[in-house]
Amino acid sequence: MTNEQMTSSETEPTDDQTAPTPGTDGLADTADSGGETTFDRTLLEARDLSVYYGEERALADVDIEIPEKQVTAVIGPSGCGKSTFLRCINRMNDLVDSARVEGELCFDGKNVYDDDVDPVALRRKIGMVFQSPNPFPKSIRDNVAYGLKVQGKQENVDEKVHTALERAALLDEVEDQLDSSGLDLSGGQQQRLCIARAIAPDPDVILMDEPASALDPVATSKIEDLIEDLAEEYTVVIVTHNMQQAARISDKTAVFLTGGELVEFDDTDKIFENPEHDRVEDYITGKFG
Amino acid sequence: MAADTGETPADGFGRVSRTKDVVFRLLALAATLIGIVSLAALLLNVAVDAVGWLDWQFLTNPPHPNPYEAGFLPALVGSIAIMLMIALVTFPLGVGAAVYLEEYANDGYLTRFIQLNIANLAGVPSVVYGLLGLGLFVGLFNIGYGNVLAAAFTIALLILPIVIISAQEAIRAVPDSQRQASYGMGATKWQTIRNVVLPRAMPGIMTGTILALGRAIGETAPLIMIAAPTTVFGLPNSFFSKVSAMPLQIYNWASYPQTEFQYGVVAAGVVTLLVVLLTINSIAIVIRNRYQQRT
Repeated sequence: MTNEQMTSSETEPTDDQTAPTPGTDGLADTADSGGETTFDRTLLEARDLSVYYGEERALADVDIEIPEKQVTAVIGPSGCGKSTFLRCINRMNDLVDSARVEGELCFDGKNVYDDDVDPVALRRKIGMVFQSPNPFPKSIRDNVAYGLKVQGKQENVDEKVHTALERAALLDEVEDQLDSSGLDLSGGQQQRLCIARAIAPDPDVILMDEPASALDPVATSKIEDLIEDLAEEYTVVIVTHNMQQAARISDKTAVFLTGGELVEFDDTDKIFENPEHDRVEDYITGKFG
Repeated sequence: MAADTGETPADGFGRVSRTKDVVFRLLALAATLIGIVSLAALLLNVAVDAVGWLDWQFLTNPPHPNPYEAGFLPALVGSIAIMLMIALVTFPLGVGAAVYLEEYANDGYLTRFIQLNIANLAGVPSVVYGLLGLGLFVGLFNIGYGNVLAAAFTIALLILPIVIISAQEAIRAVPDSQRQASYGMGATKWQTIRNVVLPRAMPGIMTGTILALGRAIGETAPLIMIAAPTTVFGLPNSFFSKVSAMPLQIYNWASYPQTEFQYGVVAAGVVTLLVVLLTINSIAIVIRNRYQQRT
């Protein structure tokens, strides 16, 4: 398996590919079993992916290969298309009438925009966590079990709810109040509830759209710890406008700049220490954006 | 305050005229009072007239030519029967139409045309609906003159636009983040509507429907148009029983020559009608408050 770093086709390719540095933290975590995850297999791959909202182009010819069971951060200034990119992966953009997608986005080798792909079935393999916590006005148990319910996975629901809450680091706080409303929790707890809801049906990928931007620092750090743990089991793609957060938790970082252009995609350490592009460096050091 | 010499800035900013403030305030107060006072006067007047007439016997007797034996029971039961039928008809139709318009229909010309016409239909005079009911249910479908079904269907048409519009507003008020959360979990449209949108919109839909029923209970003109009898002596025992309703019975009594009818019996009927109406509206408020606290 190779570890190709793709960049936007509009910028000159960074051919001096960084082979997986042996010391990369995220890899070391998953390598203990010596399984196939030692080398990062590409799970999600975009080829010439463009998105238009009406006439406006929100994403411009994006090429990217997102590895399995790692945290990939997507950063960039407001309006750069990073959320649009995230919503392409599980076809949530289908819900926007004016949105039009060109190019390919392959999930496990299959283009999700092929005619024979059912977006509802696709979303059952991809969990999503949104910017502000959006639990349903239902009990904590019913919130976590929602995906299981709509996906017809009715066996061992209680057990799966417990497991999901445990993985979301929320079980200890809510174990004796599973029947109370999810809305009674604090903002940070609600967001972890939403993460539990997303992982309960055991998806392959978890998409997170600025999951900590509405939370205080303590809640944020809990979520960040959680995200790193989740990468042991799931492929995590997280959009964030917080560069320190991307640097802390991600293995790979994709930098989108204005016009929906993916300017650089590489190991997070490389992006933050020695980016190829001046524009990326300017953005990361705060001179732009 | 001590430096009241007119030279220090403490009171040296001058005065701004408040005359218009005061005048407008008084005008607004008068406008408020005219409405409230006349309503109170009406209620008081009717309530005073009803004293001595509104008793158990009035509520449990059938109508009678003798005002001292006249009762309201058939009209009361008739109204309630019609209301129940209306609720059964309008709730599924109204919610169905609202769900279609809000969740399924594309925002095209056809949708906007339908939307505009629903808003217009809500303002059509009730006598016109009476004519429609006469032609459609009595004439074309041959349901029969002035029975429970014909009355309920006709008035249901009348309040359907109101139910649809209020249900649409309730559905629109469900935050989009909730739908996104559901779709993001791999739910189909139906699952999202069934599990997320409708439960959250239901208090608003119920409130709107019940308030529309409050309007329906006072309707008289459509009942006259479909030839509902003004006075019925027995209780309705089937969908095809001839039925009267409270406002129709009151209207009938008011045309009697005896002053006992014109004042006492009519007033007792009006108070009964108002009590039923206020009860319906209170139920709507209770439902709304109960669910608002939960969400």
